[in-house]
Amino acid sequence: MKHFLRQVFRSPNFVIGFVIFMALLLIVIIYPLIITDSPLAIIGQGTFFPPGIYVNTFDSINSSDTYILNLDDAAAKRIASKMDNQERLDMGAWLVAAGIPESEIDVTDTEKLLDQWEKNYDSTKNIPGLTNAKRNYYARLNNSIQGVLSTEGATIAVKNPETGALDEKGFVKQSDYVNIGQVANVRVLPLGTDNFGRDMLTELVKATSISLQIGLVAGIVATLIGLTLGLLSGYVGGLVDDIIMFITNLFTVIPGFVLLILISFSIGQDKRGAVTIAVVIGLTSWVWTTRAVRSQVISLRNRDHVNLSKLSGHSVLHIIVADILPYIASYVVMALILQISSGILAEAGLSILGLGPRTTEVPTLGLMMNWAMIYQAHILGKWWAYFPVLVAIALITFSMNLMNTGLDQVFNPALRD
Amino acid sequence: MKGYRKYFLNKLAWFLVTFVFAFILNFILPRMMPGDPVAAIVSRLAQGMSSSTGMKQVYEQYAELFGTNKPMLEQFFIYVGNVIHGNFGTSFSQYPRSVADILKSSLLWTVCLQFPAIIVGWFIGNTLGALAAYLKGGFDRVLMPVSIFVSNLPAFGMAIILLVIFGVNLKWFPTSGGYGFDLIPSFTWTFMWSVIVHYQLPFWSIVLIAIGGQAIGMRSMAIYELNSDYVKYSRFMGIKDRKIVGYVFRNAMLPQVTGLALSIGTMVSGALIAEIIFSYPGLGYTILNSVMGHDYPLISATTLIITLMVLGAMFLIEIIYGFIDPRIKAAQSD
Repeated sequence: MKHFLRQVFRSPNFVIGFVIFMALLLIVIIYPLIITDSPLAIIGQGTFFPPGIYVNTFDSINSSDTYILNLDDAAAKRIASKMDNQERLDMGAWLVAAGIPESEIDVTDTEKLLDQWEKNYDSTKNIPGLTNAKRNYYARLNNSIQGVLSTEGATIAVKNPETGALDEKGFVKQSDYVNIGQVANVRVLPLGTDNFGRDMLTELVKATSISLQIGLVAGIVATLIGLTLGLLSGYVGGLVDDIIMFITNLFTVIPGFVLLILISFSIGQDKRGAVTIAVVIGLTSWVWTTRAVRSQVISLRNRDHVNLSKLSGHSVLHIIVADILPYIASYVVMALILQISSGILAEAGLSILGLGPRTTEVPTLGLMMNWAMIYQAHILGKWWAYFPVLVAIALITFSMNLMNTGLDQVFNPALRD
Repeated sequence: MKGYRKYFLNKLAWFLVTFVFAFILNFILPRMMPGDPVAAIVSRLAQGMSSSTGMKQVYEQYAELFGTNKPMLEQFFIYVGNVIHGNFGTSFSQYPRSVADILKSSLLWTVCLQFPAIIVGWFIGNTLGALAAYLKGGFDRVLMPVSIFVSNLPAFGMAIILLVIFGVNLKWFPTSGGYGFDLIPSFTWTFMWSVIVHYQLPFWSIVLIAIGGQAIGMRSMAIYELNSDYVKYSRFMGIKDRKIVGYVFRNAMLPQVTGLALSIGTMVSGALIAEIIFSYPGLGYTILNSVMGHDYPLISATTLIITLMVLGAMFLIEIIYGFIDPRIKAAQSD
């Protein structure tokens, strides 16, 4: 056993896969211990908040300590963040139309552009080909730029409950800062929120954990069925073998995915929990294991040590457990790993079809994908709603297949480099 | 030729048995769904209707129309009779369109998308895998991890990545549909061009996934063959490398043909989901709609068609396999 483990861990493929998988497993186990928020709690009012640190505006205005920092580029940054690309291009277009040489205009250089704008812009200037609507647009643009350019701060006013008049409560200068550590309410959303306004990262970790469990249950169910049938059909042979092989051949030819769709559909939305889906996936994917185990058992059946065991009067069960299972254990482990990873993929596929587990109880990777697709996250450019999910799925299956390739290289000398 | 006939008939009989079995499963499973689909349609149609006898009449009329008021066995024989005549019943969700009509319009899209994609992916994958085994070195070291990673991406993952890069960001190709939404299907150049442009992303997403898996399989088969005794013997005999490589790849190819037969079901299912991502008007999209609409005649017919397609493809591959593998001829003539 020790020798065998050493050999396995010498395979680079296996080690890489193992490390990735263990890292995922550790994250899935440790993260919920540190961040105990409910993964399905709806915290955002609205869809797809971008990733970042969310600071409470009310708390930062009312923060007891304010700091004054005199930073030279503050004004330029403020203006740059207010002016989007289209506005810059429009400003450039106006300037060109007003007779500034095109080579002198650089829309990416905020300071220069503003400088040119301030010097040249004149709302009364008559530019040929400019529609009235466009002229008004430029006037509005100019006003908003002037607003941003002002150096005064903003007054905070509170409505007087009796008179309804606004009473000045405070004043925020442009150079005022708060320390984020002193603001009472700050929420970090490293992956933003999803379409329901749920914290993506917390949900993703939970979903990864549930998907791994689904894969594990599906893999174990499939492997157990496959192992039992394979052992029976390979060792007992005869009529049992014929019947089992008939069923196995049937299910090899009928696409498993079609069966999966039909069964999950017939179970109905209300009864589809994560475990049910996992068992259904397991029930439709045992065929490969049965075939592999059967052919292994047939080649082992007439080995000397098995015959010796038979002669010694051991029971069939004893022979199978003691003399056959140890020889096929490595194959079974490899089949299990493949079954787990294909189970995770099957769940994701089903969920995208709308046949996955119920949404209200647990998140799974497939369900997260499904909601991102329904809300068109990929078209709207909300990458944080689908890309991390894809990466999680790919990392799980990739690590498992790497481990499998590594094991294959150890057990199958013909594949060694 | 006698040996082939036996092989052929044997395979054919086997596929017929499987088909009957799949057909029965196809009929029974969706009908085991809890809840009464007819009741759902009636409640939709009878919204605002106050008289309960009226509702009952509507219900009975629809139950009669869909045949849900008869015992299961009778329904089954009616179903078999109808299917033989190409009548799959009426869709629940797109009533009064017939299922056959819906399938007719989506089947062609799926067939034209998936089979070329799977075959092209298979060829490219096998060529790359064989090259990796033969050239080794840097090519192999780059190709293998990439193939493993790509083949582990779920099919919809590849579809989304291509869609976001080429459809949303670069805007080279449209993001959804089988043709421009402003066009009416016809044999005009604008329509054809629109179809071709819409075809690219779904096609390549399926091809790329197929390449990965096939390359890995071909590589290990080719390495296995390259190390075998007959190759060493041929080398000692001084046979040219080019000729040996020819032998090796013919032998390594055979299991890959079987592999194609076995994995075609998985590939088709992956491709169906890729269709959904691109809202391609094929069978995958039909399944999605029928699931959403609890439309079991449509689900049942769609899965039946998919099963039939996969069975047909596998049968074809098995027949081709019988011709290219000399061992089968030898085994049958014993």
